Amino acid sequence: MSLLQVDNLHTHFVTRDRDNQVRTATALNGVSFALADGEVLGLVGETGAGKSLTATSIMGLLRPPARIVEGRISFGGRTLTDMPPDELNALRGNEIAIVVQSPKTSLDPLMRIGDQIVRVIQAHRRMERTEAYQRALKMLAAVGIPDPERRAQALPHELSGGMAQRVLIAMALINEPRLLVADEPTTGLDVTVQAQILDMLRRLVSEMGMASLVITHDLGIVAHYCDRVAVMFAGRIVEIGPTAAVFGNPAHPYTRALIGSAPENFSLAAGRPGRGEPPNLYALPPGCHYVDRCPLADSRCAQMPPLVSVSAGHEALCHKATVTTHG
Amino acid sequence: MAEAAKNLLDVDELVVHFPTGRAGQVVHAVNHVSFAIAASQTLGLVGESGSGKSTIGRAITRLIQPTSGHIRFDGLDVAKMTPAAFRPLRRDVQIVFQDPWGALNPRLSVRRLIEEPIALHMGMSASDRRAYADDVAKRVSLSTQLLDRYPAELSGGQLQRVCIARAIATSPRLIVLDEPTSSLDLSVRAEILHLLAELKRDTGVTMLFISHDLSTIKLICDKVMVLYLGSVVERGDTQDVFGNPAHPYTQSLLSAHLSADPRQKMNRHVLKGEIPSAIELPPGCNFAGRCPVALDTCSLQRPPLLPVQGGEHLAACHRISDGGNRLVLAP
Repeated sequence: MSLLQVDNLHTHFVTRDRDNQVRTATALNGVSFALADGEVLGLVGETGAGKSLTATSIMGLLRPPARIVEGRISFGGRTLTDMPPDELNALRGNEIAIVVQSPKTSLDPLMRIGDQIVRVIQAHRRMERTEAYQRALKMLAAVGIPDPERRAQALPHELSGGMAQRVLIAMALINEPRLLVADEPTTGLDVTVQAQILDMLRRLVSEMGMASLVITHDLGIVAHYCDRVAVMFAGRIVEIGPTAAVFGNPAHPYTRALIGSAPENFSLAAGRPGRGEPPNLYALPPGCHYVDRCPLADSRCAQMPPLVSVSAGHEALCHKATVTTHG
Repeated sequence: MAEAAKNLLDVDELVVHFPTGRAGQVVHAVNHVSFAIAASQTLGLVGESGSGKSTIGRAITRLIQPTSGHIRFDGLDVAKMTPAAFRPLRRDVQIVFQDPWGALNPRLSVRRLIEEPIALHMGMSASDRRAYADDVAKRVSLSTQLLDRYPAELSGGQLQRVCIARAIATSPRLIVLDEPTSSLDLSVRAEILHLLAELKRDTGVTMLFISHDLSTIKLICDKVMVLYLGSVVERGDTQDVFGNPAHPYTQSLLSAHLSADPRQKMNRHVLKGEIPSAIELPPGCNFAGRCPVALDTCSLQRPPLLPVQGGEHLAACHRISDGGNRLVLAP
């Protein structure tokens, strides 16, 4: 039984242009996946593929003009997509928590760190302030903040980017959520700090037995920190499976191109790769969304591609998924 | 020296301080950094935030005034030149920034953006300029129909091509690239790197490539220089530094890099703490406070840059002489 189940999720941005004509950006187009307790799933893809929008849709944090037009999200057997706001508020920050990319803008600049964490605790449970504060200090220590008593008194601007990110992680984990959504949790941090934070996050996630959805554009993070990976392109998951299987035997041409464009995987002596302009979300092709960039595309690809099973738990959305190609 | 004559850029004891606003207090952004780049070579500058890599790039292009030291461009010391005296040299020394969205005037069309440096430095007639801009756009693979658009209508990869077009328009001899691919998606990043490699091959332009991404540096740079807290900790041929990193900081930095291959084991030394403040530098080695193999002398005496195994591979570490510089890397 999955903890999180996303079924056929369609999230669109519906706006009107200058001539008052409706314009729809079809940002998510049938995203489906499941996440089990204790599992870490990586979500990768280029800018505009819909990674963060998937997270915001799950969290119920969409703002107009974005809205879910179709599909269902369930968490622990309860449907999130039609849940009243107060029930959703009771879940968020409690059973489902999110860590976002920009730590500085996610903290209240006028409130001391310790107090901000206490608020997250008291929003969800009755607890004396002193007890909550002690709990906050313990969590600050757990996320690797030296001298937590003193740091709890600090204001956000007194923290480095790495420290602020640790504070956000502490806030997300303080109520021991069952699901942690981490949206680019270390982007913008230096590699040595990134290593500290990812190691800490992995240790805490496994100690607390929570599931995690990690959104990243860094294939290295997926390769070394995620059990499974879902590759997104233009609002669809085009390939999903165990990390080793997807990296070892990528079945979708986009996954192959993505892995092949990691700097360690190509040589500048070879010819230039194909152009990679992002697809137009206002006018996506009817069948496969990758058709314009795909080296293997043929007439079949104007039809919706099937979800092909490549190996156990490894699937790809492609007419050619079983075709092995070289080069 | 015969060797110095071959170097297009020769930086000697470069120091850049920034005032903090408090009397007598400065940020020691760059501390006595010396290096040279031979003509047609690409030098990579690696280091974390606060290591001084962008400051060096900006000092060389004279976007900031160095505090002391020499910057010799083709034998000419530009470090103390007035901005007016440096202006004619801007044609030869160009820069590309990390954020192409912020680097371009949103109110100018792509054509005007590309024609701007041509008009400033090359004094062509309007029709020649137009034809020349078309040609430059072609060299960076920007289709001509994009020339009449505005920055807001272009993707990040296209905008970075515009920035590169502006930088190469005046046929510069040195281009400083400050994290030119860091804000771009992987596939677009690969295209830009291919484009830069082509430019390097076709025009022989000299490059200073600033990046925190080690695999990008490894791909495109002939030589690499590793910075920590405003000082050079190691430099040499890319193969030597990546293949046999001598400084403990370089070793831990390389080990922290995550390969995009899950089969590659992570053998790492994860550093504790963060880069310290550059306001009060420690008296000895800048890295001593975080270094797992530091001795007492390391926090007292500043280590000089010395050859690692002869040749041009240099590192600044007291522990190299006794062989204690090697970190134990664990999974």
